[in-house]
Amino acid sequence: MSWLLESLNSSIGKKILMAVTGISLILFLVGHLSGNMALFANDGGKSFNAYAEFLHHLPGLMVIEIILASVFLLHILNALRLWVENKKARPVKYAVNASSKNSTIFSRTMVQTGSIILIFLIVHLKNFWYEYVILKSNDNLFEIVVETFKDPVYSGLYILAMILLGFHLNHGFQSAFQTFGWNHKKYTPFINFLGAIYSIAMAVGFASMPIYFLFFYGGN
Amino acid sequence: MSDVKLKLKLKIWRQPGSDAVGKLVDYDVEVSPDDSFLEMLDQINESLEKNNQEPIVFESDCREGICGACGLVINGQPHGPVPRITTCQLHMRHFKNGDTIYVEPFRAKAFPVLKDLLVDRTPLDKILQVGGFVSINTGGVPDANEIPIAKDVAAQSFDAAACIGCGACVASCKNASAMLFVSAKVSQYALLPQGQPERQRRVEAMVKAMDEQGFGSCTNTYACEAECPKGISISNIARLNRDFFSAKLKSKNVS
Ligand code: HEM
Ligand code: SF4
Ligand code: FES
Repeated sequence: MSWLLESLNSSIGKKILMAVTGISLILFLVGHLSGNMALFANDGGKSFNAYAEFLHHLPGLMVIEIILASVFLLHILNALRLWVENKKARPVKYAVNASSKNSTIFSRTMVQTGSIILIFLIVHLKNFWYEYVILKSNDNLFEIVVETFKDPVYSGLYILAMILLGFHLNHGFQSAFQTFGWNHKKYTPFINFLGAIYSIAMAVGFASMPIYFLFFYGGN
Repeated sequence: MSDVKLKLKLKIWRQPGSDAVGKLVDYDVEVSPDDSFLEMLDQINESLEKNNQEPIVFESDCREGICGACGLVINGQPHGPVPRITTCQLHMRHFKNGDTIYVEPFRAKAFPVLKDLLVDRTPLDKILQVGGFVSINTGGVPDANEIPIAKDVAAQSFDAAACIGCGACVASCKNASAMLFVSAKVSQYALLPQGQPERQRRVEAMVKAMDEQGFGSCTNTYACEAECPKGISISNIARLNRDFFSAKLKSKNVS
């Protein structure tokens, strides 16, 4: 197995790990957002709570949760490791930074947008998963959601984090394809386009929840 | 020929030796727009020598964009602001009267500064040594064009072979990664029948050598492609990635 570990520890191996975990998270977000659309059913949270119950009693939920947590952890730890190593590869900085002339802001800020997503993730897990699954402070998840999004500061920061998630995804989507070696004159422009659409859809989709509960949801 | 001279303020990195502390030093110059960037540095050096001062050390050889010796970082961009040319091909007409121009050496852990603007780029040679070749049997000279190669494939290989090993990709990359250089060297052989026997061994060896030299990892910002004087495409990096994991999965090398 030493060849496998050595391959994954090479510069390209670390990239592949980033891309495999990144694409998995991209797929996870699609599922997560689709399910959450039940929030908009306008039935006082019946559909949403039923969906939450369904997930909660899914057989093998534990296994799915462990896999998801590991994918997140691998993505994050590997990202931080790459960031530290890549900083070390240029110990002396340039006096003039002209990176805006040769690359996009999305590509240069992956660690920054990623770190904000991480902070968001911690707060997000505390508010929903920890309260509902661990503390069991309220068995009506819909109520927790309504209460949480009532806070304009929380909702504002939530929306901001989703915009930055869009930044992360806009670079990440096409980057993962390039990492897998899928770069082709015919298909790459389409992948870039799809990535942009996907990131906008995710940012707008997730941000629509706080916006809805802050401005358009009038109680029952 | 224009005889209006440009007045410029240069801030040039001076560093007496590899372990010495360096700093940016100001030089006020008047140059013709027809001068090349290196001719301007030559003129500064002539006047420095006249005044018994140390000339600025920088590399150059062919001065026509084919040897790859002349990499300077000009206002933060390797080979300066004009795309697809080397420093020696850059002319002063691309600057405006009164401009301030920063001239810095390539910055990377793998490229230590030896003196002023001169850096040590032997790490690129070390990568070439482990795979930048094809082995051919001795004996009679084979006929040219004996092996059929599709025109577009030959052209792609040739495009990759246009890399002059200047290291601007490393200098421009925020991670000081050498992926564009290595991908060009791997691709030029991977595309041709002559490169097939050693294809797996080559990519494994060259990536290993690259990692050992202290370059960073690629994060697909594509700054390298934008700054490369030869327009080497990042599709070569995709090919390198593909070849690397196919070699890792298929090769019998388990160590
Ligand atoms: C739902 C959350 C996330 C998704 C969908 C996601 C997706 C992606 C994707 C697809 C990539 C591109 C992989 C490649 O270049 O091949 C990527 C790269 C990256 N991610 Fe994330 N990510 C998420 C969360 C995070 C978090 C929490 C961090 C925390 C630090 C992070 C940090 C990074 C960094 C630094 C990179 C660039 C690494 C590189 O190119 O070498 N990401 N992400
Ligand atoms: S890939 Fe381009 S920038 Fe990099 S060494 Fe070759 S010619 Fe120079
Ligand atoms: S001196 Fe040869 S490429 Fe510039």
